Amino acid sequence: MLTHLRPAFVIMAFFTLLTGLGYPLLFTALAQVILPGKAGGSVITKDGAVVGSRLIGQRFTSDKYFHGRPSAAGADGYDASASSGSNLGPLSKKLTDRVAADVAALQAAGARGIPADAVTTSASGLDPHISATFAGLQVDRIAKARGLTPDTVQTILARHIETPFFGVFGEMRVNVLELNLDLDAQSNPPVG
Amino acid sequence: MTFIGWLQIAAVLLAVLVAARPLGLYMAKVFQSERTLLSPVLAPLERAVYAAAGFKPEREQTWLSYTLAMLLFNAIGFLFLYVLMRLQGVLPGNPQGFAGVSPDLAFNTAVSFVTNTNWQSYAGETTMSHLVQMTGLTVQNFLSAATGMALACVAIRAFARSGTTTVGNFWTDMVRATLYVLLPLSIVVAVAFLLTGLPQTLAASVDATTLDGAKQTIALGPVATQEAIKQLGTNGGGFFNANAAHPLENPNAWSNMLSIWSMLLIAAAFPFTFGKMVGDVRQGRALLIAMAVLLISAVTIVYWAETSGNPLLATAGVEATAGNMEGKELRFGQAMSALYVVVTTGLSCGAVNAMHDSLTPLGGLVPMFLIQLGEILPGGVGSGLYGILVMAILTVFVAGLMVGRTPEYLGKKIEAREMKLAMLAVLVLPLAILVFTAISAMLPAALSSLNNAGPHGLSELLYAYSSAAGNNGSAFAGLNANTPWFNTTLGIAMLLGRFAYVVPVMALAGSLMAKKKTSSSQGTFPTHGLLFIGLLVGVILILGGLQYFPALALGPIVEHFLMHAGQTF
Repeated sequence: MLTHLRPAFVIMAFFTLLTGLGYPLLFTALAQVILPGKAGGSVITKDGAVVGSRLIGQRFTSDKYFHGRPSAAGADGYDASASSGSNLGPLSKKLTDRVAADVAALQAAGARGIPADAVTTSASGLDPHISATFAGLQVDRIAKARGLTPDTVQTILARHIETPFFGVFGEMRVNVLELNLDLDAQSNPPVG
Repeated sequence: MTFIGWLQIAAVLLAVLVAARPLGLYMAKVFQSERTLLSPVLAPLERAVYAAAGFKPEREQTWLSYTLAMLLFNAIGFLFLYVLMRLQGVLPGNPQGFAGVSPDLAFNTAVSFVTNTNWQSYAGETTMSHLVQMTGLTVQNFLSAATGMALACVAIRAFARSGTTTVGNFWTDMVRATLYVLLPLSIVVAVAFLLTGLPQTLAASVDATTLDGAKQTIALGPVATQEAIKQLGTNGGGFFNANAAHPLENPNAWSNMLSIWSMLLIAAAFPFTFGKMVGDVRQGRALLIAMAVLLISAVTIVYWAETSGNPLLATAGVEATAGNMEGKELRFGQAMSALYVVVTTGLSCGAVNAMHDSLTPLGGLVPMFLIQLGEILPGGVGSGLYGILVMAILTVFVAGLMVGRTPEYLGKKIEAREMKLAMLAVLVLPLAILVFTAISAMLPAALSSLNNAGPHGLSELLYAYSSAAGNNGSAFAGLNANTPWFNTTLGIAMLLGRFAYVVPVMALAGSLMAKKKTSSSQGTFPTHGLLFIGLLVGVILILGGLQYFPALALGPIVEHFLMHAGQTF
């Protein structure tokens, strides 16, 4: 056993330095120089202020914005320092009650044919995307809140529908933050 | 299920197969201490380590000495990681200002990373400092994977060599596995991850003011480098709580495919290494085909179950076309979520891109059962190969019983001693899984950790101990496992699942290594043909079914029928 002690300690120390410090730190230094945007978390700024990350969903509540999926991250949802899913099983009463309430709210606002992503929480609670169908259900509300015609909002939405690469890889989706930023750029939101 | 979905699945699996063969042949060279493409760069570094460590790389050890070296090395790794987490509050590299980790959580996490389980009782972004993530968790991601690879080498040599008492040198195998295989691959994969958009920074977080005027703190860190080895080493411990479902660990379809590809790569390469080292590539191919048959069947079931969706939500007025989307990310879709679920549990990875707790009953049964089968499809790096070799030995034994001949595998006679050791190894898993689950199901303190009632609650417990004993690390994550009871017992289950499994396997390898190879005769049962593959698949399924069917019947199976009866809890 004693003959093993020296190699054990030396190899442990060597790999701690190489894989625990050298590897991540060297990469960090290079990444910050070559790909500062991505390495820094794909942050979006507007008028010099950070408004979020392109990759991270955020909570939208006002009528003038497209809303994201329900979220179980943190107390209010979309807490990007406490990612989490709901972890509710398929037979959970909490799940069915929550979904039924969300469906009722959407139907009260006139929506028909509710897509699954509109009423289910994502795995991370930070899903930046919604389906084109869910976005389409929200067009009338946004047009009304902004005093635009539904067609104008629909045109802006259409620009943000991302399709699979080569028609195969990935899913059809809409990045909610980018869409809302574009909406703001195209039309000055009403005060308040 | 859609054609496009299957096309994506096929593309990823094909990409793995294309890369696995050359990598497997390269690993054979690495473990036979031959010169490789990377030798000009790495050989001087390697020699310097050997000199500093004071041993001769070509001096071989007996199986016992090899195993003791492995155990000692893992013990030191455990202690180092434990102390590091306990002291993180006073150490540098802690921009978040986290306090030291509690004793039971530090025990659980240290065991978890040393055993290649990477179970997360903690939430990464709210518990671990950058220093711990890098010098603690990332290092063990490398070393626990290298340990598995070294042990697999011994299992291969058991059949490659004839009548020798030594099995190789643990330190040499370990160092070469890390330097020549894990590190270069990690560098390549980390670069690719960076390009797909994973962050790599020492900043703790960035503060944003959202469009609606709220504050959002986005946790960041050196994610790309850790993600690369986490996937390649089938570790699976995420930088963030949501693991590879977190958009910063897995931002798009490309990173997702790369993520699946890199966790499958080394495990799929090992059968080629095996075939090359035993001098018969057909033997490795047979193992790989058996793994692939089971893996693809499992993907089919999960993909079907998840696209069929949850009838309870359809009743509530949700369109059923998208399938079960609770706990899934929109950008991955059903096909690539199903593939991820199956691969991460067919392996001993445990990274997740969807929350397994929210899968449909049958969609959740499959990953649980794959773990219980021993994670051999194709299994963790190294551990998958020695796992399937134990199954192959059981298979030739069963075949031998049927025709009344002494079983042999690759010219090595399988006798009473080998069978006893193989059974010892195989029986560790059900012991750890079923006994701990049964005790927890009766403890009020354990039951208060459940997030779901009814059969799903039992599934949460069963999944947790399966994952721990199988060294997987994925979870039905609604279970609050960060309690002294779960941290301790899950830690013990992980230790049993790794070391109480590996020691008999090493003894078995030592015993086989000492035997002379007999040349095959007309009466030899060929172990490269369809008959053997069919038998192997059968033995794996029957053994797993016999052990776990009663427990699964009380969990996901009854849940499936209750779901169609419209029952909620």
